[in-house]
Order: sequence, then structure tokens, then C-alpha cells
Amino acid sequence: MGFLTKLRSKSDLHRLPSGSFTVDPLGNVVSSTLPAWVPAAQVREIGQQILAVFKGAAAVRLQCTEMKVQYAAFRITAREMRGGAIIFLSPKTAQSGAAS
Amino acid sequence: MGAQNKILLLDDDEMMLELYQELLKQLPSKPDVQVCNAGARAIAMLESEPFTLLITDLRMPKMDGLQVLAIVRRKFPQLRIVVLTGVLDEEYRSRAYAQGVEMFWQKPSSSEDVKLFQDCIESMLDRATQVQDGFRGVQSKSLVDLIQLECLSRSSSLLHITRGGLDGKIWIQNGEIIDSATANMTGEEAFREILSWKGGNFEILPADPSRARTINNSYQGLLLDTAQALDESKGPPPGTEAAAEGEAPAGPATGLAALGRFEGVSFVLSIPPDDKAAVEAWSLENAAAVATWARDAHRRLAKLGEGLQAGEFAGAIGTGVLEHWALKAHGQKGLLCAGFRPALSGDEVEQTMKHVFDKWAS
Repeated sequence: MGFLTKLRSKSDLHRLPSGSFTVDPLGNVVSSTLPAWVPAAQVREIGQQILAVFKGAAAVRLQCTEMKVQYAAFRITAREMRGGAIIFLSPKTAQSGAAS
Repeated sequence: MGAQNKILLLDDDEMMLELYQELLKQLPSKPDVQVCNAGARAIAMLESEPFTLLITDLRMPKMDGLQVLAIVRRKFPQLRIVVLTGVLDEEYRSRAYAQGVEMFWQKPSSSEDVKLFQDCIESMLDRATQVQDGFRGVQSKSLVDLIQLECLSRSSSLLHITRGGLDGKIWIQNGEIIDSATANMTGEEAFREILSWKGGNFEILPADPSRARTINNSYQGLLLDTAQALDESKGPPPGTEAAAEGEAPAGPATGLAALGRFEGVSFVLSIPPDDKAAVEAWSLENAAAVATWARDAHRRLAKLGEGLQAGEFAGAIGTGVLEHWALKAHGQKGLLCAGFRPALSGDEVEQTMKHVFDKWAS
């Protein structure tokens, strides 16, 4: 039993969200395919930070329509959509991590 | 709140004018839509007041749409132009694009098409209000595109190109390049030099018919020769020999200039970790502004990664129509931000950035 408990606590490690969502130009989440356990505030935060980077880039004449942000274990791909954006979140699996 | 956008709608069919005027008036930005049914009248209206957008048919009696485009593009380089036609002809389409139109639309035939058309126009108006300065219709094209545009339309003009402290001129007479000058160079040598510049500003000035001809090569031959000479001077493409090993092509360039010699790199910006230390830039005019943005973007994205427990921030890549960029951090050296030509794919940007970053970090 103690062993099982230990196993369970391992599986409760932080899970990274996977899916996509869209934000309007103000950063409000319009639609989402993310699982329900992903906190809404976290989704909104991602959207707002990505929009801020898009807008900042445009302000210094580096306007981009797509952005890829890489982390050690995670990737964010965002496409600009008329001031808002569609954002894809993908945790890196061992396979995808090795390929990238 | 910005000024109201103004659209000029040109079509010889009165009913179409009425219909599209109504459709465009329904746009969320509520533009002022004016109409006219003849090319000459349209040009007179454009001369009398500023418009944001011209939407024109192609087949019209007397002055047809292509003739209108040729005149309008030269006289009003800032004006955005959309072709709206019932004729889907590839030749018309390519000639219209050669004249620098933004979009080529077949007249909508369904409610979905109408909606899409309205969305596109609204999006263009939205962008037009965001970008008020620069040379519209010229800024979005490369220098080669611009030269081809002038030559294809058999124009006579003087192209004035500036890049930082550099200044160049290209004389075009009846669609032929007749002379070029920059610094102490003239003729084909100057032309090649100007085309090697990786960015800058264009200005179209009135033709100078008194300019003596020193270039006798056709414009196609000249562009081809220049492209070949530039390719040869750059060394191997990414993924081959030196570049694949993370080395810039051989040559005397040092520091950031050496990084700029990787294929496709348009600018390099080295940003030290200390906010107060000076940034180092190659081929970038607004280095301070880009550095401020890069620091802010890095801070935001790194913090986002921490919040997600996604691991260390490994870099970001932005791909756009005019330029791509990449941003990567190094513990001791700070941030490296690099620009890339739009001809590169996202994967090529990623690959080239890896080489540039390794070279910079070493």
C-alpha cells in the first residue's frame, strides 16, 4: 500500500497543458480545447503574454504572423489573427523533444 | 480614435458600385466609401483628397483597370489597392500583382464570399491605421521587386535608396535601367553594390531624361547577373560545409558582421545582461528599441515558462511577411536577437539561428 501511495504521488506531478485556444485582441479567451483542469487564469496569462510579445514586435517593425516559443519541456505556437491569436500548447514528449 | 478610413470604389457598372458601396459601409470601422465609374475620374479624385484604399475593376471602357493601376501606383505609392473583377484570368492577375496590388478578388458570388471579402477589407483598413508612416506599396516589397515593377510598367523614374549613411540612385528610362550611382561607384558596379544592401528606404523621384546611359544590359540580365554575383560572394548555403559546422563563410568580417554573413541573416543584435550596458548591432537601425522589446519579450516568456513549470526558456522565433526574427538567451552573454530574410522557412530560421547563436556564444 505504501508503495502504491508513492507511485500515485509520482503521477500527480505537475501536468503541462496540451491543446489550443483563441484570444481576442484584449487577451480574453474566446474558445478553447484545453482540458478542464487547466486553470482559466493560467490560460488567460499565456494569451496576454503572447499578445504582448506580438504587439511589441510590431511596434519595433518586427511584425510577425506566427511565433514559436520553445522551453525545455514545452512548446507554444501562436498565430496572429487580426489583433488576437490562436495559441497551441504542446508538451514535448521524449520523441518530439529529440526531434526538435 | 484615428481618422475615418476612406475607400474609393471604381467600376463602370453603376449597379455594382451601389451594391459594394452598401457592403463596405457596413464594415465595423464605418469607412467613408466614395464611388466613380471612370479611371480618369478616379485619378482626379485621388489627387484631390487622400484615400486609404482603392478598389477597382479591371475591364472598363476607355482607361482600363491596368492603366489606372500603372498611374496610381506611381503617383500614390502609399495607397493600398485591391482588384475586384469578374474575370479570373491568370495573365490579368499576374499583371495586376506586378503593379503592386494588395489583393486580387473575384467578385463575390455567395454570402460566404461576401463575408470573407468584407473581413479582408476590414483587416486591411485596420492595418492601414496602424502603419501610417513609411512608403506603402513600396515598403512591403524588396528592392528587386520595386525595380521589376518599374521596368515592367515601362516607367521612367529615379529610385533613391538610403541605408543608414549610404545613399544610392538608380535611373530608369522607359523601363530600362540606364545608370546607377553610389559613393564613388557608377554603372553596373554601383547597381550591384546597392542591391547588396540588406535593408533601407526607397523613394521614387521624377525621371531625369538628361542622365547619360552607362548601363546597356537589359534589366532582366542585370538582375540575374547581380543575383548571381551576390550568391557567389555569400559562400555556401546553410546546411553545407562551413555553415553546417557552425562556421560563417570565410572572409575578413569580424564580430557581429561575421554572424551577418550566414545565409539569410538580415540583422544581428547582441544584448548584454546588464540593462545599462550598450547593445551591439549589425545592420539594424532601431537597435535600442529592438533591444528594449527583446528584453521585455524574454522576461515575459521566461516568466511564463516558470509559471507553467515548462523548463528553461530555449528561444523564440517569429515569422512574418517582411522579416523573420529569432531570440535566444545565454547565461553570461545575455540575449541574441537576429533578423532573417522572409525567403527562409521557419525551419531554416531555426537552423541558421542555432549556428549564429553557437558562433556568438563561442
